Amino acid sequence: MSKDNQVLEELTSKEYEHGWTTDIETDSAPKGLNEDIIRFISAKKNEPAWLLEWRMKAYQQWTKMKEPTWANVKFPEINYQDVIYYSAPKQKVTPKNLEDVDPELIKTFEKLGISLTEQKRLTGIAVDAVIDSVSVATTFKETLGELGIIFCSFSEAVQKHPDLVKKYMGSVVPVNDNYFSALNSAVFTDGSFCYIPKGVRCPMELSTYFRINAANTGQFERTLIVADEGSYVSYLEGCTAPQRDENQLHAAVVEIYAMKDATVKYSTVQNWYPGNKEGKGGIYNFVTKRGLCYGDSSKISWTQVETGSAITWKYPSCILRGDNSMGEFYSVAVTNNYQQADTGTKMIHIGKNTKSRIVSKGISAGHSQNSYRGQVHIMKRAEGARNFSQCDSLLMGDQCGAHTFPYIDVENNTARIEHEATTSKIGEDQIFYCLQRGIDEESAVALIVNGYAKEVLNQLPMEFAVEAQKLLALTLEGSVG
Amino acid sequence: MLTIKNLQAKIGEKQILNGINLEVKPGEVHAIMGPNGSGKSTLASVLAGREEYEVTGGEVSFEGKDLLEMAPEDRAREGVFLAFQYPVEIPGVSTINFMKTAVNQIRGYRGQPTLDAVSFLGLMKEKMKLVEIDQALLNRALNEGFSGGEKKRNEIFQMAMLEPKLAILDETDSGLDIDALKIVSNGVNKLRNKSNAVIVVTHYQRLLDYIVPDFVHVLYKGKIVKSGTKELALELEAKGYDWIKEEVSVL
Repeated sequence: MSKDNQVLEELTSKEYEHGWTTDIETDSAPKGLNEDIIRFISAKKNEPAWLLEWRMKAYQQWTKMKEPTWANVKFPEINYQDVIYYSAPKQKVTPKNLEDVDPELIKTFEKLGISLTEQKRLTGIAVDAVIDSVSVATTFKETLGELGIIFCSFSEAVQKHPDLVKKYMGSVVPVNDNYFSALNSAVFTDGSFCYIPKGVRCPMELSTYFRINAANTGQFERTLIVADEGSYVSYLEGCTAPQRDENQLHAAVVEIYAMKDATVKYSTVQNWYPGNKEGKGGIYNFVTKRGLCYGDSSKISWTQVETGSAITWKYPSCILRGDNSMGEFYSVAVTNNYQQADTGTKMIHIGKNTKSRIVSKGISAGHSQNSYRGQVHIMKRAEGARNFSQCDSLLMGDQCGAHTFPYIDVENNTARIEHEATTSKIGEDQIFYCLQRGIDEESAVALIVNGYAKEVLNQLPMEFAVEAQKLLALTLEGSVG
Repeated sequence: MLTIKNLQAKIGEKQILNGINLEVKPGEVHAIMGPNGSGKSTLASVLAGREEYEVTGGEVSFEGKDLLEMAPEDRAREGVFLAFQYPVEIPGVSTINFMKTAVNQIRGYRGQPTLDAVSFLGLMKEKMKLVEIDQALLNRALNEGFSGGEKKRNEIFQMAMLEPKLAILDETDSGLDIDALKIVSNGVNKLRNKSNAVIVVTHYQRLLDYIVPDFVHVLYKGKIVKSGTKELALELEAKGYDWIKEEVSVL
């Protein structure tokens, strides 16, 4: 092994930072999935009858569906009866405000660098903190309320804004869209809900932070964002999980509904536990994210930095229904050790003069497999549609794989589609050049990788961009070749 | 400052350096000349610590320390700078960002505090002027799409920023037209002082009209076969390398 390879090895073998657990008492459902479990979840959440019915229908459909096998990932069969579908930290009282939240939970989030105390306003980010199956706190609710913005846990939205939830839930991602969306629809436990009224520009970043804590527990959250005419919101999502030998399932659904002239920016920094160096443990991240540009001139932009999870199966997509609407997808996906990622996007052009832009940067190290899978579909009436796609892969070492699966379907010949793809390797020459300037190998890799991913990182809100840069360096620690 | 004793090195199975001896004192400029394949660039790479080259014998001391024992980044931090013959492209990383990382890591090594953005910018402006380089170039991704001349000027700018004790210029004149050559040489001359030294590795005498050496060494088959003053370079220019080869074969 060359010295570069050794350093690459060391760099990529850095331990996962958020692998600790919090010792809190939980209130859990027994293992397994059946109608009783769904009734149990629904009852726990004190849900209206229509929602229980919705769940039951989803469950019925799910039982008739099959796990998708087309993704370029391999894993042993999941026993869905071996998963706990509901787990909540036991709280003595239902928290009405932050003072009531169990200090242990506040500490948990503080350890993760998420402050739930509103005194620390510096960050200017409102947070909905979700641990295992439930939301434990949402900050800045009042401030946002004055503008008519609703930002709360999904459970609270079901209770307080049932009309909105009923109207939009499942409108972008239908229950039977895919195996995991059906599963989520049957057993989802919490998540975030956000509504931005007409003409309102949300003054702060809204953020959901997901934390899996309990063992053997799946996390199934839903996020629903509705942006009314002419509104704007920037939404952030972060996630971590403890280090465990068993694989844990995370099957979330995110729906974004953008009306005329509305803009939604959704950024994710995904750092679920990736498993250990031998590929043991880690989160299965099977997520359905989709945005509907329903109104004319609406815009939805996805930015994701994917560094964690044992397996990632995720395609944040845009349905460009409104004329002149626009979809964007910016992605950096890093895989190391034995991680597998099959991620990309779908851009469905329905309206006239719709535009989409895809920038995907894959980085593979160790023994990992990294696939970009994307679809650009120009429908018949999408006169004058345009798409630009750029898919780059960066390889570190010679044990990993990078794959690109672009699908392009054009039904209207006025469409303009551009696709660019490159594959490169971090060269020993590049590393040596940095070393000769007094830069150590770790920093050299970080510098080169961040340079490579710059176009995507630039899309992130500033606080997040810095975090993401550090995370990239950390994920790749030990992997130059 | 730099003492090379009987240095031998190979790449793969090929022995390239066969016992180099060289003494460089502060304030001096040494030119290493020689025909293609004589080992000039290998010498530069070995001094900088490129790992493809294996040192098979001899020793190198730099400021009293064993240079060959040091990691490449530590050699740089101790004050050895290599201006590359083929500077490498790093997409997405601006020269400014690159230099900021380098300057601060070197400062850290020397126990100096990190430069803040304002002080760094001040230092940069000063050095930009010295080597006549445009900030627009420094904002661009390092060496990406740079012309040959721009790459070499950028190397000299980096040298100015890092203020090395020993600068090794590896064929810095290759690919430069006469105007670029003048600008680059000018930069190097401005950076010279009593306490630093320069090793100029070149095939042609041309560069030495601008960077005037105190000593000229001829490298042939991995050995210094002749040393002299700048007149030796002129002689080589006039007569080529063949007479040296003949002299060596007679010995």
